[in-house]
Amino acid sequence: MKVIGQDTQRVDGEALVRGNAVFADDIKLNNVLHVKILHSPVAHAKILSIDVSRAQALEGVEAVFTHKDFKTHYYTTAGQGYPEPGPRDMRILDSTVRFVGDRVAFVAAETLEIAEEALGLIEVEYDELPTIFDVEEAMTSNISLHSESGKSGIHDAAHNVAAHLDAEIGDIIKTLESSKFVFEGTYSTPFVQMASIEPHISLTWLDENNRLVIRTSTQVPFHVRRIVAEVMDIPVSKIRVIKPRIGGGFGGKQEILNEELVAAVTLKTGRPARIEYTRTEELFAARLRHPELVTFRLGFDKNQILTAIDLNILENCGAYGPHALTVMSVTAQKALSMYKAPSIRVNGDGVYTNLPIGGAYRGYGAPQAFFPLESLMDEAANAMNIDPIELRLKNIFKVGDDIPIAKILGEGREGFPMVLYSTEVAACLKQGRELSGWEQLRSEKQIGRYRRGVGVAVAGQGSGIPGIDMGAAFIKMNEDASFNLQVGATDLGTGSDTALAQIAAEVLGVSVDKIIVYSSDTDMTPFDTGAYASSTTYISGSAVKKAAENCKAMILEQGRLLLDNDKAEIEGTFVVGGDGKQISFEDICTKSFYTDEQKQIMGTASHMSYDSPPPFNATFAEVEVDTLTGTVRVIKIVSVTDAGQIINPRMAEGQIEGGIPQALGMTLSEFMPFDDKGRPINLDFNSYHIYTARDMPELVVRFADSHEPTGPYGAKAVAEIPINAPAPAVTNAVYNAVGVRIKHLPIRPEVILGAMSKNGAN
Amino acid sequence: MTIQFELNGHLVQANSLPGSTLLEYLRSDEIHSVKHGCDHGECGACTVLLDSRSVNACLILMHTVNGRKIETLESFSTHEELHPLQKDFLHEGAVQCGFCTPGMILSLEALDREGSEIKETNVRDALNGNLCRCTGYVKPVKAALATLQKSSSTGGDS
Repeated sequence: MKVIGQDTQRVDGEALVRGNAVFADDIKLNNVLHVKILHSPVAHAKILSIDVSRAQALEGVEAVFTHKDFKTHYYTTAGQGYPEPGPRDMRILDSTVRFVGDRVAFVAAETLEIAEEALGLIEVEYDELPTIFDVEEAMTSNISLHSESGKSGIHDAAHNVAAHLDAEIGDIIKTLESSKFVFEGTYSTPFVQMASIEPHISLTWLDENNRLVIRTSTQVPFHVRRIVAEVMDIPVSKIRVIKPRIGGGFGGKQEILNEELVAAVTLKTGRPARIEYTRTEELFAARLRHPELVTFRLGFDKNQILTAIDLNILENCGAYGPHALTVMSVTAQKALSMYKAPSIRVNGDGVYTNLPIGGAYRGYGAPQAFFPLESLMDEAANAMNIDPIELRLKNIFKVGDDIPIAKILGEGREGFPMVLYSTEVAACLKQGRELSGWEQLRSEKQIGRYRRGVGVAVAGQGSGIPGIDMGAAFIKMNEDASFNLQVGATDLGTGSDTALAQIAAEVLGVSVDKIIVYSSDTDMTPFDTGAYASSTTYISGSAVKKAAENCKAMILEQGRLLLDNDKAEIEGTFVVGGDGKQISFEDICTKSFYTDEQKQIMGTASHMSYDSPPPFNATFAEVEVDTLTGTVRVIKIVSVTDAGQIINPRMAEGQIEGGIPQALGMTLSEFMPFDDKGRPINLDFNSYHIYTARDMPELVVRFADSHEPTGPYGAKAVAEIPINAPAPAVTNAVYNAVGVRIKHLPIRPEVILGAMSKNGAN
Repeated sequence: MTIQFELNGHLVQANSLPGSTLLEYLRSDEIHSVKHGCDHGECGACTVLLDSRSVNACLILMHTVNGRKIETLESFSTHEELHPLQKDFLHEGAVQCGFCTPGMILSLEALDREGSEIKETNVRDALNGNLCRCTGYVKPVKAALATLQKSSSTGGDS
C-alpha cells in the first residue's frame, strides 16, 4: 500500500496552522442578533409567572422567548439514529425547570451586552419543588421529574427511571454459587465535562431563497437538520446545515444544544442570529459524562477461569435523558465483550435527578465499565495470587469467539450476532509489560515517603454502531486527475477528512493532494449519521473505499472505450491496452468532459455494517504516591492499542495521546461538586482542572500489528479506545504502591491517607 | 476613547469603549487566529504577543494597549512561506482540531524571543497557559523543540 499507513499531512493542516478563518465563528454576519439564555437558578421548580415586559422594552432587544411562545412538543437533544432509542422528555422551553442551568427563556438583542442586560430584567416567579440528587433516592422517592403526559420513551416515569436494561445468558445465580472464587465490588465514576476548547457555537441566517442556514460546531449535521426541522415544524428541505472546522467535540457536540434557539430567532425575525456558550455555561449547562455506580460480581473456577460476570448499573442521567439508554447499554456491552464467561447478566437503570444533563462523552459508557471491571480483576488477581497480566491473558476473548452479549443487547433494541475476527490484546499486554518495566517495578519493595507502583488495565470499544450507523460518499473526477471527495462524515478535529482522503487516494492510485475533501454540509454532501461511536474510519471509510472503487471502475470503462480495447487494465494512473497503447487518467477525464463518450466520471456508495469490531488497548501506569500528603503523581503511561491497520500512524498516535490526559483528568484532577441546592461549584478552568502541558506524564504509545478483515484496508476505530483503561491502570498502580483500593473517582488524597492510616500502612 | 497601537506591523487607531478587551477588538477586526475559549485568561486560545510577551487578549483592556505593539499569528506567515514553528507543527502532526494552535505558537515565539536556553521543561512552562484537549501536548512539545532548538543553536531569531 502506498498511502495507507503513511504519516500523510493533514488536508486541513495548513489552514489551521495559519489560523485561517475556518471555524464557525470566523465569518462576519451583518445585522446579527446575539442570543443569550436565562438559566434556572434553582434545581427544581414550576415557573408560576414570567414577565418579560421590562426586558422587551430595553433598547436593542429584538425578541424574548419563553415557554409560552412554543407549543408543547417533546423531543430529545441527542444526535442519534432515528427513531431515537432514548426518551423524548424535553421541550425547547418548559414551564418546569429541573436543574440549575435549565433553560428558562432566551433573548435576542443587537449586542451581547444588551442581551445579557435583558436577562437580568426578566422577572420569574418560581414555585420551588423538592429536589432529588441521589440516584438510589430518586427510584424510591414520591417526587417524579417527568410525570407530564405526552412524553414518550421513558421507562418508568413514576420512579424516575429514564431507561432500563436487563439481559442474562446462562444461569448467573447457580454459576456464582458453584464458583470456586467470587469477587464483588461497587465503584463509581463522576460527572466530567468534555471541555473542548472551542465552546458550542451556532450561527443562523436566511439565504437568498429564504432557506434557513445553520453554521454550527456539531458532530452531527444531519441530526441537527432533522431535529431542528421537527422542533421548528418546517420541512427538512428548508434547512441547510454547514459544519465548518470544529474546535474539538469529544461527544459534547453530538447534541442539538442551541441550534434550535437561534433557528427560532432567525425564523421569527428574519435576521441572522448567533449564540456562543461561555466556559461557565459549558461546565453546567451543556452536557456531561453520566456518573455511574456499578457493582460487579466475578466468578472464577479453580483454574482462575471466569465462570460468571454479573453487573448492576445505576446511571445518573441528570434532569433529562438524552443518551440515557445507550450510554448504559455501552457500559454493559463493553464490560461483557472483554472476557469470556459462560454466565453473564446485566441489570441497569438510568435515573433522573435534579442535576446537569448526561450526554455523549468519548468512551460513551465504556470508561464507566472498565474502571470497575479492571479494578475488580486486579483485586481478583491479588486474591488468587496470580499475576494480573496472566489473569487477563487467561480470560480475554480470542479470534473466532462469539461475543454473545452483542446479539441480545443492541442500540435500544436487539443487536446482531458478533464474532471476533481480530484481537491483539494479548500482544498489547505483552508489549506493554516490556515497555513499562512491569517485572522490576512489581518486585521492588516500596518504603519511605514516596512509593511507586505500577498497574495494568485492558479495555475495548467498538467501531460504529452495528446495523445503525451509515455513511455515504461521492467522488467526482476532474481533468487533472484530481478528485472531489464529498462525505457526510464529520471531522471534528480528529483528522478524519485526511484519513478518508488517504483511503480514496489508495484506491484511485493517486497522491493525497489529488483528493479535495469537502465534508458535512447537508446541501452538498451525502448523508452520514455523524462523528460518534468511533464510526468514521470504519463506516464512512468503507463508504469512501467503495465510492472510490466505483469511480475507478468508471475510469477503466471510459479508458477501454477510448482505447477501443476491452482488455485494457489500470496501471498506476494510466489505462494500458497491452498493445502499446495507453491513455492517462488526465486524458480520459478531459476527453470524457469535452470530446469523446462524454460524461462525468464519478462514484458514489453507502456503507452500513452489522459488525462493529472492537479496538483493544492495554494501558500500564506507573505512579508515585506521597504518603505524607496522599497525592498521586502519574509518572508514565504505556498505552498499546490494537486498532487494526493504522491508516495514518501520526494521527492515530495523536488520538491516543489526547485520550489519555482526558482519562487522567477524570481520575485525578477534574472534579464537579455541587452544593446542597444542586448548584455547581467549579465553573471555570481554574477550578475544573484539565491537564496542562506541565501535568503530563511520560507517554509511550504503540500500536499492535493487526488487521481487521471487515474494515477498510483492515482498519478498526481509534478515537475512543484510549480513554477507557488509564483510570483503572492508575488506581491499580496506587494499590500496588500503597495498598489502597480506590473505588470512587476522582482520587482524593484524603481518601488515600484515611485508608492508609486504617491499614496501618503509615 | 481613541487609542493608537501597532498591530501586526501596521499603526492602527481604534475607538474603544471602557471595559472592552483586546480580544473583542481583534475578533471584530477579523483577526481570526485569536480565539475565544473562556473569557477568564485560563485557556490561552486568545494568546497574542504584547511587546513580544505572550498575554491573554481576553484579559487585556483596550486602553492599556495604547502605544504598544501587538502581534498575532496573522503576521507570522506570508502567502508563500510559513513560520518555522508553523512548519514544524505541521510536520510533527501537532495540529489536531487546531483551535488552540495559534495560541500555542505565540507562546512559543515569546519563549524564543526571551533568548533563554530551550529545554523541554521551558517549553512545557511556556505552553502551560495554553489548554489543549486533543493532543496531550506530546506533538506540540516535540514540534516546539524541533524549531526552537534549531533556532537557538544557529543563533537565529527564527
